[in-house]
Amino acid sequence: MSSVETEASEATETTEAPPTDDLRAGILAAFESELADGIADSHLAPGENLWIRVKAEAWQTTADVAKHKLAFTFFDFLSAIDWMPSPFGRYEDAEVDTPLAEKLGQPWDLQTGTAGGETRFQLLARVADVRNRHVGVLLKSDVPESLTMPTWTGVYSGADWHERETWEMYGISFEGHPDLKHIYLPSDFEGFPLRKDFPLLPRIVKPWPGIVDVEPMPGEEPGEGDDAAEGEASE
Amino acid sequence: MTAVSDREQLNYIAGQAADARVNVELETEGMTLNLGPQHPATHGTLRIIVKLDGEQVIAADPVMGYMHRGYEKLVEVRTYPQVTTLVNRIDWLSSFCNEVPFILAAEKLMEIEAPPRAQWIRTILFEMGRISNVGLFLGEMGLQLGAMTAAFYAFRDREYVLNQIEAVTGGRFHPNFDRIGGLKDDLPKGWIDETKRVMSRMRDFCDEMEDLLVGNEIFEERMRGIGVIPAEVGLSYGLSGANIRASGVDWDIRRDDTSSPLPYRDLDWKVWTHPDGDSFARYWVRLQEVREACNMVDQLVGGLPSGPIMAKVPRIIKVPEGEAYVATENPLGEMGYYIVSRGDLGPFRVKIRSASFNNVSITPWVLRGVYVPDVITILGSLYFILGDIDR
Repeated sequence: MSSVETEASEATETTEAPPTDDLRAGILAAFESELADGIADSHLAPGENLWIRVKAEAWQTTADVAKHKLAFTFFDFLSAIDWMPSPFGRYEDAEVDTPLAEKLGQPWDLQTGTAGGETRFQLLARVADVRNRHVGVLLKSDVPESLTMPTWTGVYSGADWHERETWEMYGISFEGHPDLKHIYLPSDFEGFPLRKDFPLLPRIVKPWPGIVDVEPMPGEEPGEGDDAAEGEASE
Repeated sequence: MTAVSDREQLNYIAGQAADARVNVELETEGMTLNLGPQHPATHGTLRIIVKLDGEQVIAADPVMGYMHRGYEKLVEVRTYPQVTTLVNRIDWLSSFCNEVPFILAAEKLMEIEAPPRAQWIRTILFEMGRISNVGLFLGEMGLQLGAMTAAFYAFRDREYVLNQIEAVTGGRFHPNFDRIGGLKDDLPKGWIDETKRVMSRMRDFCDEMEDLLVGNEIFEERMRGIGVIPAEVGLSYGLSGANIRASGVDWDIRRDDTSSPLPYRDLDWKVWTHPDGDSFARYWVRLQEVREACNMVDQLVGGLPSGPIMAKVPRIIKVPEGEAYVATENPLGEMGYYIVSRGDLGPFRVKIRSASFNNVSITPWVLRGVYVPDVITILGSLYFILGDIDR
């Protein structure tokens, strides 16, 4: 019953709202004409968001262009994404006794998200025009092997703390940052906590108690409970 | 009225001291003052190292991390419904407002929308969170300046709003009430009438605060012209919410986000701005915002649509692959979540964009050159919550 409903609503949506977004398409065109081959990829979700992935060399120029030529004066945030799948699984099903050394160092496939990517680390930032157009743009950039990127602090003063946080959490350093030091963690902290290969120790020492919730009923095969529930829901 | 204002007096003293130093050719050293992390004026554990020359601040360096809980890492090992419990603790004075953008982002990825009644109740609770949070600020700002009474009034009247929130959600501080696809429960019986009474009470509270503080000579003298943030600087640092509206930027996500499912477009309200950009402007804008929020709640409870409060969602929530960024106008400013999903039970990566982190990042800029007592008022007027900085 519900599947019919959803199909019907999807069909009406596609006919009623043609996926066009002149505002964001215009912004994308403006970025393209300013940066030319500095843009690696882009993705436009009409009415929602615009992603632009720029090359690492063009990262600083992008900020310059965005702020001074395209009026994106509002600095929203800057962070990074680590695309390596977590070697520890989701911890809920982690076997407590498997030595960590075995899990680390295994080969993995790179699978990146919206607007693509070729490296393990990606920078992610958002700038917006809050005065007139009330629209923001999400900027991404692949981080090269050297894990060094140019800083944005010269353009957006607010990038200072965000770059400190990104450096602390991911180990991506920013060339030209005035004072790259720890922001949350003690200054002698080792490791980069938001990297996927940084273990969340409490979850490894002790299995997550939530595992009890998805235990199969007596007599059921493990995993059967999940499937049954899903089937019921999508019915 | 004295002939010479405090500020002129301080300028005079500073000038005399500088002269004296030159005259006797004394080598003076700057002094380092450690403000916090346990200083009562810093609302929590923000520590600011200020370098002083006499009474004047030369450099200010905020030190955070005394309350860093690593939510961005913790949510990676949780399922979507479990995340709201955590993000409740980010801005603890208006916890429900933290849940909403996360749920909206997850709903956007799942392409489901909560029914209208759920969206309206969400907005009611959202605005009541704003009243209880910013209402406390209105009194606390007086406390920063030595006016104890205002703070007591604020704590007293906030209780009425918290009681209403508790009546719906069962939690005074951490409701954990928002669900993917709707809400946990409907409103209890008799709640709407009681809420209308509370809202008229909160309007009186706003008038009371205005009578007590605005126009008071000490208050005006210590707030007007202090901690001025020009709009361009504020935007560059990413200030949001009332802080940037007090610098004359007419921007409110509630009004300007056209894709938001929350019913702000159906309401009759106004975005308040102030051209000055000083501490007083920030106070004044927040005062008007609480009044506006009271009006909004009145309109919302008056026009509440009937119907279900929960959309049809699968029993086990799996969010399809994709990325989404959703932000809302929280009491402290823009709060947003960037969710990266891999089609799993839990998020692959969540970037939490909290308002206070950006709002406080301007302190090194704005505190440079001010006098020590003004540090307190400027920090107070920027209004941050430690959980919202450290996350």
